[in-house]
Amino acid sequence: MPSLDDLRKRITSVKSTQKITKAMKMVAAAKLRKAQENAEKGRPYSEKMNNVILNLSKSITDKENAPKLLVGTGEEKVHLCIVLTADRGLCGGFNTNIIKKAKIYFEKIISENKTLKIITVGSKGYDQLKRQYKSYIVENISFKESKNINYFDADKVGKIIIEKFEKNEFDVCAIFYNKFKNVITQIPQEQQIVPLNEDKDDSGNDNDYEFEPDEDEILSNLLPKNISTQIFKAMLENSASEQGSRMTAMDNATRNAGELVDRLTIEYNRSRQAAITKELIEIISGAESL
Amino acid sequence: MSNHFNIDIVNPEQSFLSKDNVFEVVIPAVEGEIGILKDHIPIISFLKPGIIRVFSESEEQSFYVEDGIVEFKDNTLSVLTSSIFNLKDADKNFVSESISSAEAELSKDNIDDQKRFLLNHKVEVLKSISIN
Repeated sequence: MPSLDDLRKRITSVKSTQKITKAMKMVAAAKLRKAQENAEKGRPYSEKMNNVILNLSKSITDKENAPKLLVGTGEEKVHLCIVLTADRGLCGGFNTNIIKKAKIYFEKIISENKTLKIITVGSKGYDQLKRQYKSYIVENISFKESKNINYFDADKVGKIIIEKFEKNEFDVCAIFYNKFKNVITQIPQEQQIVPLNEDKDDSGNDNDYEFEPDEDEILSNLLPKNISTQIFKAMLENSASEQGSRMTAMDNATRNAGELVDRLTIEYNRSRQAAITKELIEIISGAESL
Repeated sequence: MSNHFNIDIVNPEQSFLSKDNVFEVVIPAVEGEIGILKDHIPIISFLKPGIIRVFSESEEQSFYVEDGIVEFKDNTLSVLTSSIFNLKDADKNFVSESISSAEAELSKDNIDDQKRFLLNHKVEVLKSISIN
């Protein structure tokens, strides 16, 4: 049975924890709004980009000489996985969910005897993966210094990918991130970016585009940009998801702390009352015996 | 019948400009400037450093772009670019910095002709901006 003093100390400590989680929730809520706005603002760019590429790839007739970034190298031996996570913890299952999704994919690749290469973006992902997959991690990027997500950072990651592709270091590239659905739900996503998975809809949208210069040249210029754009989109979605996830987690923590305080207070009052009763009994029985 | 069409300029962060009452846009495409009017045939091209001029009835706007892709289709011109600014809000320091960084790049030996051409062009355009 803890003493009254111990109980009092525990109540104060839980209360101050509650204050912290509450503050974190507020901060996350404010950041979430901004992140969500950014994610929405960034959408038109990636959508338009996709459209253009779709239109372009439709008009390419010579599939064999098409850029390799679009159609692939013809092999599927080496898989490069980009795992995008947060730099900070205390955001519920956010990081773990991405890692879980990625690990399933990793196991599949390994069991099929293919080569696996991992690039982690964000320090939390690296921390969680290095124990089990240390030998596969080829690069570990973190943007802790940059306050906001910007295209420049995404472009850096994109350039690394292109560079590796040009050196024939991988055949297939997939990215893992959390898609922001709403504040409570974030869906871990797996998206293949090299070769580009075309949505096959031959709805006969035959727009006879005029190309200047020719299709091949445009495509080879556009595809590297598209990779950066996809990464950027993933980063935006991720940051909105991170804040949403953190907000929910901190809300839960605040509520749990409240419950704990209630329980501890009852226990405190009870033992205080017990002590008083005990003293009373002692006094009364002492008086009686006189 | 009006001779207006739509223009959307987007960069990765946000939608930069969206208008539906322009009647001519001049874009610095990689193989030369293109003027686009209503009912132009569908076209996809990409940009070299230069100035986009947007003409509408009431005003004329000019933007500096470094690179990007343009698509014209169904009377909508979409410009995707990662670096753009309005000439009116041009930051003198930024412009002169860009010039010097481009010139530094030019002085390297290992650049190919196409890149050299683009950089030369960029310096030229930026200088013309800083004079005005």
